Amino acid sequence: MLSKGLKRKREEEEEKEPLAVDAWWLDPGHASVAQAPPAVASSSLFDLSVLKLHHSLQQSEPDLRHLVLVVNTLRRIQASMAPAAALPPVPSPPAAPSVADNLLASSDAALSASMASLLEDLSHIEGLSQAPQPLADEGPPGRSIGGAAPSLGALDLLGPATGCLLDDGLEGLFEDIDTSMYDNELWAPASEGLKPGPEDGPGKVEAPELDEAELDYLMDVLVGTQALERPPGPGR
Amino acid sequence: MLLSLPALHLQTSEHHPFFQLPHGRLGPWCSPTGSPAPLSCETGCGEGSWILVCRLLVPTQVSLLSMEEDIDTRKINNSFLRDHSYATEADIISTVEFNHTGELLATGDKGGRVVIFQREQESKNQVHRRGEYNVYSTFQSHEPEFDYLKSLEIEEKINKIRWLPQQNAAYFLLSTNDKTVKLWKVSERDKRPEGYNLKDEEGRLRDPATITTLRVPVLRPMDLMVEATPRRVFANAHTYHINSISVNSDYETYMSADDLRINLWNFEITNQSFNIVDIKPANMEELTEVITAAEFHPHHCNTFVYSSSKGTIRLCDMRASALCDRHTKFFEEPEDPSNRSFFSEIISSISDVKFSHSGRYIMTRDYLTVKVWDLNMENRPIETYQVHDYLRSKLCSLYENDCIFDKFECVWNGSDSVIMTGSYNNFFRMFDRNTKRDVTLEASRENSKPRAILKPRKVCVGGKRRKDEISVDSLDFSKKILHTAWHPSENIIAVAATNNLYIFQDKVN
Repeated sequence: MLSKGLKRKREEEEEKEPLAVDAWWLDPGHASVAQAPPAVASSSLFDLSVLKLHHSLQQSEPDLRHLVLVVNTLRRIQASMAPAAALPPVPSPPAAPSVADNLLASSDAALSASMASLLEDLSHIEGLSQAPQPLADEGPPGRSIGGAAPSLGALDLLGPATGCLLDDGLEGLFEDIDTSMYDNELWAPASEGLKPGPEDGPGKVEAPELDEAELDYLMDVLVGTQALERPPGPGR
Repeated sequence: MLLSLPALHLQTSEHHPFFQLPHGRLGPWCSPTGSPAPLSCETGCGEGSWILVCRLLVPTQVSLLSMEEDIDTRKINNSFLRDHSYATEADIISTVEFNHTGELLATGDKGGRVVIFQREQESKNQVHRRGEYNVYSTFQSHEPEFDYLKSLEIEEKINKIRWLPQQNAAYFLLSTNDKTVKLWKVSERDKRPEGYNLKDEEGRLRDPATITTLRVPVLRPMDLMVEATPRRVFANAHTYHINSISVNSDYETYMSADDLRINLWNFEITNQSFNIVDIKPANMEELTEVITAAEFHPHHCNTFVYSSSKGTIRLCDMRASALCDRHTKFFEEPEDPSNRSFFSEIISSISDVKFSHSGRYIMTRDYLTVKVWDLNMENRPIETYQVHDYLRSKLCSLYENDCIFDKFECVWNGSDSVIMTGSYNNFFRMFDRNTKRDVTLEASRENSKPRAILKPRKVCVGGKRRKDEISVDSLDFSKKILHTAWHPSENIIAVAATNNLYIFQDKVN
């Protein structure tokens, strides 16, 4: 989490993309929303918001006001990003309500569990918007996929990673094998034979988080194979 | 001017060094429905000059000294005062409130303590000392708690203090943390009974067989002692974090508001409260809005308002129904399309709502503005004041460092002609509603000599920076003035800057 209240040096601020965000949004007449620069800015804002959401939920008792405001902002950002990709219309509308549905569990105690599935949905949507080729056939966001144990590793991948990925613009995402980072975590419980690890450069930066995600995957595989392979022994 | 504070041993019952009783203190009580007294100084904020009366440092929690070591404590306290780094997080002031006469000023801090300051009385010898506030009482209001059911720690930070109007010799105030409201009685004791028959001087019981004569105990004067005792504890009524409490004008009830619900209490009954507002959706997944502040109307005991995170205010009449989920009035300003951004909702979230003393207007504070609303007009405010509009282009950075979620309070002056609110860099702003003039002042040690006139500050937004101006990028966002208070009838203000309490007074020429 970024430290609060630190004075920013002027140079740092000027480097930041977010200024572009405000500028873009202020001009609703801006013709194309699919252009790379606005989408880039929105994505980093998206990541930031997801990070904030994650951080807020990590609190033992989240500040409800902070949570609600971040979530609503995230919805806005998502709404602005959805048209930016060549999505089939079906996933997009259910995406928003499914986000909302997963948003806040009926019981506060299950908040983090539901948020984890929400985050998986978000990352799935991110995957959809950025790599329509491989995933466009999937149809509505697979909430069933989120049935795995809450994988906060997904967020760790999602958050810092996307910032690095989007330097090349949208085109880079379609060709870039980086999208395997999303696939890796999402599809791990449901399918096998996945690329074992990200082959991408930026992904290496995330080494600690990937190890955790890989570990989860490995554990699942091990448990699965153990169950298959263990012969019925005497007793027990 | 730094006041040397007497040693403060944190007990509810406190021995206070000699304190001169104010003249005629048991005099007329504050009339409940009386109109505020005319201001002693009628000049508005634009013409008036503000001077620092005193800077009070809430003593650090590390002080373990007992009352007997007064002199040593004063020495140590002085050294604490000089060295800012001794201040701990627990000393950060989280609420400030004058009582109804302005004689007392209460602060609550993050460590769960309440410190009450009392105004020094006018004396012919030291005219210039009038207006200073000295420590009157200190007590630990709330302790950190642990909710075993949810495995959660409940913070002891005091979120709000509200005074009850004085009805007898004692003072009463409500203080609340996230979950529990407490009613405290602060009273003075200056006489002690002596000459008991059954007890000796040390309080030990005497053997009745040894008593040969009887005598009548007499009251003898003693050093003034101010003691605070908890009279009521209102607990277990809030699932979410309490953000507001408000005493009703009937002085029999009060309300407490958390993120999703508002409860109505009777002061006498602690095991029951009435839920009067509930905005919790059946499905928490549908939650999009929370309650951010609530207040009773100053004169109509059936009316109250509450604000939301979406920038709306609802006025409710308790006579309409038991559950006031349906509002009587709904105040919302339509969004300005030219100012839309991703952060529109966050900056529209109302952090404070206050009725004017007259009861005709409400004032709301959102991230960038203060707005005054006429109760009779719901579609837009009658006045909007820009507090720090230069931050509008920095919203993304402020979102990143969470400053955009800061909750600033706002206050009216006694005559409802001037409103005040805080900002960053220890700046606070005053707006004169009549002259439309505004001023930015700073509450900081470096820039405030006692009795020196505060110099108005200016933030330069671009282009050439003048000599005394400060540029937006040099603002210190860790120094925020969230809590301020205005004396009910005079031009005396209290400004809380982290663990410092500044008291400023309008200079009377």
